[in-house]
Order: sequence, then structure tokens, then C-alpha cells
Amino acid sequence: MADRKVVIYSTPTCPYCKRAKDYLSRKGIPYTDINVAEDREKAKEMIQKSGQMGVPVIIIGDNEIVVGFNQSLLDKLLSQ
Amino acid sequence: MVIGGGPAGLAASVYAARKRLKALLISVDIGGQVNKTLGIENYPGYQFIEGPELIDKFQTQVSQFPIDQKIGYKVSRLEKSDDGFEAISEAGDRYQAKAVIFATGKSPRKLNVPGEAELTGRGVTYCAICDGPVFAGQRVAIVGGGNSALEAALDMVKIAEHVDLVSLTPLTSDAILIDKLTDVKNITIFTEYQTEKIEGQDFVNGMLIRDLKSSEGKRLEVTGVFIEIGLVPNSAAVSGLIELNKWGEVLVSCACETTVPGLYAAGDVTDVPEKQIIVAAGEGAKSALQAHRYLQRLAT
Repeated sequence: MADRKVVIYSTPTCPYCKRAKDYLSRKGIPYTDINVAEDREKAKEMIQKSGQMGVPVIIIGDNEIVVGFNQSLLDKLLSQ
Repeated sequence: MVIGGGPAGLAASVYAARKRLKALLISVDIGGQVNKTLGIENYPGYQFIEGPELIDKFQTQVSQFPIDQKIGYKVSRLEKSDDGFEAISEAGDRYQAKAVIFATGKSPRKLNVPGEAELTGRGVTYCAICDGPVFAGQRVAIVGGGNSALEAALDMVKIAEHVDLVSLTPLTSDAILIDKLTDVKNITIFTEYQTEKIEGQDFVNGMLIRDLKSSEGKRLEVTGVFIEIGLVPNSAAVSGLIELNKWGEVLVSCACETTVPGLYAAGDVTDVPEKQIIVAAGEGAKSALQAHRYLQRLAT
């Protein structure tokens, strides 16, 4: 895992986003939270990067993109 | 073996573990529909708790026991075997157990129209409270006429440029929700309209609807389609094995028994009235205690 950056695109009302953030916090993984409800440009960026419009989108390092709160996939990617 | 990780399945897992049963929990996710519940005010012990937080507490409790957890796995078929039951996952893995608790809950109902599956996540969403804000300033359609559709509409009129509410029937939601929409300027309500197609290349760019009375067709220029037309029980894996009612819910006795001995069912996937977290959790507990008794009887 070392020093890969973790970014999460979320909305404040989305329960899956909250679970994803709680999950990262519990694992002690620092992350940058981007609220796409407030920032239209960032919302576009999320859509462009993930090819879809659902939240949350979690980006690990440069190229790992996780759409939705997929805990088993996150476990796998973050343990690498 | 417990199939399903919502309140019913998690409660069943805890009870099974406390009875020292060798338990395996298989589920596509942890929390199920509670993940989409923002606030809960009717679960004993909590005046108010957020859905995700309650699920975290359930999960922490389950994790204290030596329960094998296979999360992210979908059981596509459950079969009777010589020695009990065999569950087959979508990936083709096989799991055996002497007794099974089937607690797979419900999922959003699909429209089953062209474009829906292809554009899911690309403008089509089943979680308005999650994805709604991504569509701020855009024109969106909400399909449905019940409470969840109207609640989604009330949220979206505040942030969307325009909302088209499309219902196959006259609105069936509580009158108080309909009243709240009467003075809203940026909503058009189409009742007794059939949704026929969702259009778009990479993303949604329109939706075709038809007036059931005049048969006249119409294209809505929307970039988002929110589908809020109720829930269906996730019972496909056991259809043919046990009896279901006409809605696809698993028929259970008051002891959570299905029509096959050793196979119990609990929570929203069953025909038990009242789909509530507390009811599901209670049914889950009951099913695990019943499964324990069944296994004891097998052993003697």
C-alpha cells in the first residue's frame, strides 16, 4: 500500500459513501474526500475517470478505480 | 450456512455462532437495504442512528465470532444434496451445509425496458439519495408513483433544472407528499404513462414514454433516470426448490421453516408481514435457533 493516494468522490447523502469512508478510517488509510454535490467540475472529472455517474468512486494511486462500496475489492487492492 | 448479509442474516450469524454452530456467511454485501437508509428512529436502543452506522455495529459484532465470511459472493443456485444443501456461487464456487438460512432480502425492481441495463450507472440509477446530487442542474426523470418516487422527486426539484415524474398508475404515495409538490414549478407529472425505452450512447440522453389513454408517445430530454418502482424479493436461487408466493416471497411458517426441512428463511425475502429492520433481525434470530434445533435432531 505504502504511499498511494486514496481519493473518494462522494455525496453527503449517500449511505454507501459514508460506509466507504468509515471503512477507510477504520483501516487507518488517509483519503481525500471530494463532495461532487458541491463541485460540478469534480463531478465531471469523476464521470470522465470512472465512465459512469454513480457514487462513491474510490481511486487508489494512479489507476485503480473502484465504483461503489465494493469491500472485497478494496480489501484486495489496499493489501497489495 | 447463512445466505444474505442484511439485518436478518447478520442476526442469524450471531445466534448461530453463539450456539457454537460452524457458520459460513455468504452475501453480496453487508447491510443490504439498510445501506440506503439515511436515518433510523425505530430500532430499540437508538433514538436516531444512520443506516451505515447501525450496519457497522452489526458487522463489528459478527466479526467477533469465528464465522467464515464470504462477502462479495452471490449465490445463484441453492440445491438439495445427499448430505444437506449445496450453494453454487455466480463464480461457480460450491459450498455445503447441513442446514441453511436464506435471508437474501429484496432488491430494487427493474423496469425491464431497452436501454435500462446498458445505461445503469450511466444516468440510470436505483439510489436517488446516493446519486441525486450528481445530476444537479440537469433535467431528470423519476419513474414511479409511490412514496419512494415522490420523496426522490421532492429532493430532486431542489437541485435539478427540471423533474419529470412518470407513473404507470395514478400516484399511490401518501397524500402529504403529493401536496408538497403542488406548488413546485419545475416538475411535470405524467400519470398513467408507460416508460418504453431509455436512450443514450455512453450516457442517458432521453427517455421514451407513452400515454396509456391516448397511446401518444413522447420523448423526455433527460440525462438522468431514477427508477423507484418498488422492490422484488431475491428468491431466484431457491425457485423450484421451495414454495414461493405470487410475489416471489419465500413462504415460511412462524418458525421460519420453508417447505424443505433444514432450509429456513428470514427477513424481507419471506412472506412475513412488515418489512422492518427490527422484524428482519428478529426473524434472523429465530431462524438460527430453529436451525440449531434441527441440527441437534439430526445428530441424535
